[in-house]
Amino acid sequence: MSTRVPRIAPSQITPSEVYFNRRMLLAGALMSGVSGLLPAAEPAPATAGTLSYQRNPRYSVTEAPNKYEEIAGYNNFYEFGTDKDSPSENARNFKTKPWSVVVQGEAEVRGTFNLEDLLKGQALEERIYRFRCVEAWSLVVPWVGFPLSSLLARFKPTSSAKYVEFTTLYDPRQMPGQRSAVLNWPYVEGLRMDEAMHPLALMVVGLYGKVLPNQDGAPLRLIVPWKYGFKSIKSIVKINFTANQPRTAWNVAAPGEYGFYANVNPQVDHPRWSQATERHIGAPFLAARRPTLPFNGYAAEVAGLYQGMDLRRYF
Amino acid sequence: MNLTQRYRFIYKPLVFAACLVPLVWLACGAFGWFGESLGADPVKKLEHACGKTALNLLLLTLAVTPVRNLAGLPNLVRLRRMLGVFAFFYVVVHFSVYLVLDLELNFHTLGADIAKRPYITIGFTALLLLIPLAVTSTNGMMRRLGRRWQKLHRLVYVIAILGVWHFYWQVKRDVREPLVYIGILAVLLGYRIVRQRRQAAVRARAGAAPGVTSTCAPATAPERT
Repeated sequence: MSTRVPRIAPSQITPSEVYFNRRMLLAGALMSGVSGLLPAAEPAPATAGTLSYQRNPRYSVTEAPNKYEEIAGYNNFYEFGTDKDSPSENARNFKTKPWSVVVQGEAEVRGTFNLEDLLKGQALEERIYRFRCVEAWSLVVPWVGFPLSSLLARFKPTSSAKYVEFTTLYDPRQMPGQRSAVLNWPYVEGLRMDEAMHPLALMVVGLYGKVLPNQDGAPLRLIVPWKYGFKSIKSIVKINFTANQPRTAWNVAAPGEYGFYANVNPQVDHPRWSQATERHIGAPFLAARRPTLPFNGYAAEVAGLYQGMDLRRYF
Repeated sequence: MNLTQRYRFIYKPLVFAACLVPLVWLACGAFGWFGESLGADPVKKLEHACGKTALNLLLLTLAVTPVRNLAGLPNLVRLRRMLGVFAFFYVVVHFSVYLVLDLELNFHTLGADIAKRPYITIGFTALLLLIPLAVTSTNGMMRRLGRRWQKLHRLVYVIAILGVWHFYWQVKRDVREPLVYIGILAVLLGYRIVRQRRQAAVRARAGAAPGVTSTCAPATAPERT
């Protein structure tokens, strides 16, 4: 069955003045970060949902990115249903504005922040990353976002902050998947502080130069490209700096199958399937299966974070 | 038209066509006919759709006897073989998609999967067990095997359990759908257990009565078609 995903979610083309104004405000906030860098080429008032960003050539891959329809039509986002095509259908009217994020725990700056304020001053960049799901399929995605480290630094985490914990919105009224106990809601993920501050860890607000579609985790999601996809938490409403390792959703659900670290590792199989290879979404028939790379191809950058650790034990 | 003709010219062709619907629908998706598509991951879609169709047909096959007894439609059994053979057909397509399109004919991985992944081990076992049933599904084989035919075909209970278990085990987290299958299978097998107990009780009573030597011909003896 085909799920034709519109390029712009219906909620974003609501012909209401109020929503239009809000969108412009957000777009303005998103653009302010890079406006200084683009003196001449400052775009005219952006078309709906278009972001201003610069491509960061340091972060790219040789493979071509997947089609927008593939990235926005094949989603694991259990808050909106467990089938791959449920999120694109069920997240259509998801309200991402207004959006605020609670910051708490071991940090000097805590409180509730409007998303617009959090994005202020963040230069948006496009990075093309590999994306590897724990289910052994993969994508290549042009995300638009900014380094997680530059967001976290603003909260001035204290020396007792050893981990950072993220929480997804809990709203069963809007997120039908949360009405059944498939996972322990709300969804929680976390990183060790040094992982979170790594330049590859990205806070994402866009895809293919446009505002992130709801089914991909709008309005604010994490991307940790060297870890299995479930670490890259979506629709974040809380950031909590902790001294202890967070109890993350999939790890709680099935500790034998999903570890806290969840680094992509072809040597360590999932108990029920092999992680040695992956099938690339969108690849032609009979040419989709390819070897999985250690740390999803980012070993040169991140392997040092895990020096001396037994990656079989800390899977 | 008498009953045999009705089955031959109406009911069987209808069931045959119905059993082909999933295949035609998947073909439409695969070739993009009528605006259908298999989505972003066509291989998984094909794999899962064929597997689920096979399970559906297997459960339908097992539903024939209860429905025929409870609804008083003894001739329904004439449709059972077609359902069973189609179940086998979809299992074969399911396995072929997995081997050719998913594993891309990597037999090394196939061997490792069957040996190391319990859900694949039991799924593969179910496939192997289905082969003798498919081979002996012809009228000639039924005649040749006589009473042993029925014994052999009781394997279908084991196959159905393995098939549903295979479904349950491969699901990542959301087991609601496999649980529905487990529930239906439990009802279908439970029906048989209850019925057999009752028949055994009837036989015991009849056996106690003088003059009755044997009632071993089961009421559910398959009607050859």
